Amino acid sequence: MSSWRELAVLAALTVSGASLAQGTVYDGIGRPATAGEIAAWDIDVRPDFKGLPKGSGSVARGQGVWESKCASCHGIFGESGEVFNPLVGGTTQADVEAGRVARLTDSSFPGRTTLMKAAHLSTLWDYINRAMPWDNPKSLATEEVYAVTAYLLNLGGVVPDDFVLSDRNAAEVQQRMPNRKGLTTQHGLWPGPEFGGTGKPDVQGSGCMRNCGGEPRLASSLPEFARDAHGNLADQNRTVGAQRGADTTRPDAAAKSAPVPARAAANGTGNAAFALTSSNACTACHSLDSKGLGPSFRQIAQKYAGRADGVDYLTGKIRSGGGGVWGGAMAMPPQALPEADARTIAAWLAAGAPK
Amino acid sequence: MIRDPNGSGRLLKAPENFLDREGIRRVFAEAKAGRRDFIRGAFAAAAAGLATPLATSQSNPVAGDGDPNILTLPAHSRGLGQPVVTDGYGRPSRFEANVQRRRSPGLTQTAQASVSFAPLQSLFGIVTPSGLHFERHHQGWWDIDPSKHRLMVNGSDEKMLRKPMVFTLDEIMRLPSVSRFHFIECGANTGMEWGNVAVPTCQYSHGMISCSEFTGVPLKILLDLCGADWKRGRFVLAEGADGSSMTRTIPRSLIDSGEVLVAYGQNGEMLRPENGYPLRLVVPGVQGVSWVKYLRRIELGDQPYGAKDEVIHYIDLMPGGLHRQYSSLQEVKSVVTTPSGGQVLLDKGYYNVSGLAWSGRGKVKKVDVSVDGGRNWRQARLEGMAMSKCLTRFNIDWTWDGKPALVMSRATDETGHVQSNYSQLRAVRGSRSIYHNNAIQTWLVEESGEVRNVQLA
Repeated sequence: MSSWRELAVLAALTVSGASLAQGTVYDGIGRPATAGEIAAWDIDVRPDFKGLPKGSGSVARGQGVWESKCASCHGIFGESGEVFNPLVGGTTQADVEAGRVARLTDSSFPGRTTLMKAAHLSTLWDYINRAMPWDNPKSLATEEVYAVTAYLLNLGGVVPDDFVLSDRNAAEVQQRMPNRKGLTTQHGLWPGPEFGGTGKPDVQGSGCMRNCGGEPRLASSLPEFARDAHGNLADQNRTVGAQRGADTTRPDAAAKSAPVPARAAANGTGNAAFALTSSNACTACHSLDSKGLGPSFRQIAQKYAGRADGVDYLTGKIRSGGGGVWGGAMAMPPQALPEADARTIAAWLAAGAPK
Repeated sequence: MIRDPNGSGRLLKAPENFLDREGIRRVFAEAKAGRRDFIRGAFAAAAAGLATPLATSQSNPVAGDGDPNILTLPAHSRGLGQPVVTDGYGRPSRFEANVQRRRSPGLTQTAQASVSFAPLQSLFGIVTPSGLHFERHHQGWWDIDPSKHRLMVNGSDEKMLRKPMVFTLDEIMRLPSVSRFHFIECGANTGMEWGNVAVPTCQYSHGMISCSEFTGVPLKILLDLCGADWKRGRFVLAEGADGSSMTRTIPRSLIDSGEVLVAYGQNGEMLRPENGYPLRLVVPGVQGVSWVKYLRRIELGDQPYGAKDEVIHYIDLMPGGLHRQYSSLQEVKSVVTTPSGGQVLLDKGYYNVSGLAWSGRGKVKKVDVSVDGGRNWRQARLEGMAMSKCLTRFNIDWTWDGKPALVMSRATDETGHVQSNYSQLRAVRGSRSIYHNNAIQTWLVEESGEVRNVQLA
């Protein structure tokens, strides 16, 4: 009996040894993907429009989608820089004809809009389809993606007001993209031969070791008024070691006169209410103590400090949304979170939004 | 130099702005001419009437019987300490609370499409603690249930792979794994500094880099397992599972070499959620945006993909108005992290100048350090073994004499590529590229001991 068992173990060992020797056989790992699974995830659209689904959308319909789902971040005309960089602006009819955006050579032109850079129509379609709206990605129907893309192009003067963008005319529209000839792969920063680049660095430093160059001359440094723009640097350095952080609440040269006491950790995220503001995406517009799109939690806390019905008022405000209180361009939309959670946040705000 | 009345050698407090920029230039000029007396005179005049020592470092007195920290036994020498497993996943000392990753105010308007910077000024060696790894999210981060996460490998058409497949985490973790140390650097690291000095410390100027030991499966194994047609398949797309479903075209040559990993491990533990838990791509030497987090899909194709971050962002504007596309490599670069901007040297005397060097083209071969603004350089010591596409720590001895100093480092990689200065870089690429700024960094150590971020002409 025992010798029979030994034999079986020996046989098993021999078999597994054989599998190991083959090296590249990974039995039991992975399974074939179904057609439905591939269709669900393979959503990329290439510059040659491979992957672009059949469909169409008009500029007019795109305007409707835009105003309800896109304008709050990007502005009515795609011009807003309040949340993200502007999408539209800086291109001309001459650019549409030439395929190069002239203003890219003008260093005085502020910023670069998406339409100034986007060389491929496919990129716009793909990105809107996969990632927009920002807080509700992949929620647009195919026809809506076509429509929004058409509207965006219309804002940039690439297609006329009555245009209907579709999979059939996408290649023609590509020939009107303002910066379609504005990209190059002739550089040394791609590690392979695929794009025909040089593979070599375009800038080489000097290996000089002694008496190199002339007298060093300072060309740029932080202006005094920006001294504490990144907060007090004393709090951003270890409190033991060869250096300390400069106390940027004081002017230069007095900076190290006060030793910085070591403080226990207070990361500001341990708070349950603050965690709720994060999990409910409140922090897309509000931060703890600096003004973002909306007022900071501390500003809100300050404004309503001492208000007897503060918790009730703020609970209601969170759930119903509203605008006009803080003078910003954008009103807060109603927030679909449970009343108990809204109340937790409101109570925290009423208590001064402590860390 | 100035000594305080107690003769301890500590620097005296200087009056505010007692040497302005012009003054510093003069000090340099006079020092070069060998006129030490000029400097002494300038400092003495400035210091007249001042007797307040710069109380900074921990005092180390020898008055009386000795240091009370030695003579009076502290509580921790006389009592019972904490039990084991007080915290099942330990934390840094409470005295280390200043060591945090941070946002740069005003850089982004939202906290989900944003970046946090690693505190390079406080790190040792080459490994970035996972909790301090820099973050870059495009649509916020998630903590994804690994039992529900899938990786799909398919082709751009039906013939590109013999068998498109789906893998679970269990299956990927059963495959042969490799563990390798690599840096990951955002293509926009140091991007704020292309035109001029914009931020005060190396956390903000260089903190979009981190270095970890990554564990995972070579992507080539998975593509081979699916029967990849390597004759037709010239480009690989990687796609994430988060809201942005980030896509990037991945260099084929790095896949062929086995360097590109489908990784789940980081520094001995699983990836942190902020770094792509449970699965991310590791693309050594290539900018961080290609290291797709929450990796859900790999596609083999015959054409590049022109993704949003290959057409609208992560393209480098050159003089003349053309953008460089598919610029991916992070070229040879280094930075002195101690001393560095925003810090204050405690005293004159010995310092171990220390920093980090790296190259996306391979190993760091040499690092030179200058303390006189690049006129003279000395070769630094490279600590440990220099690994390919990995941070290398360098150190060099320096005795600070209390005079203004301009501290810089310059790395050379194994291909012979030498890190350039700003004027060399701007002469070719202008100053509006945003991405791939690998210029030599300069820190000005002022006579007060405060260190400033500066750029030289």
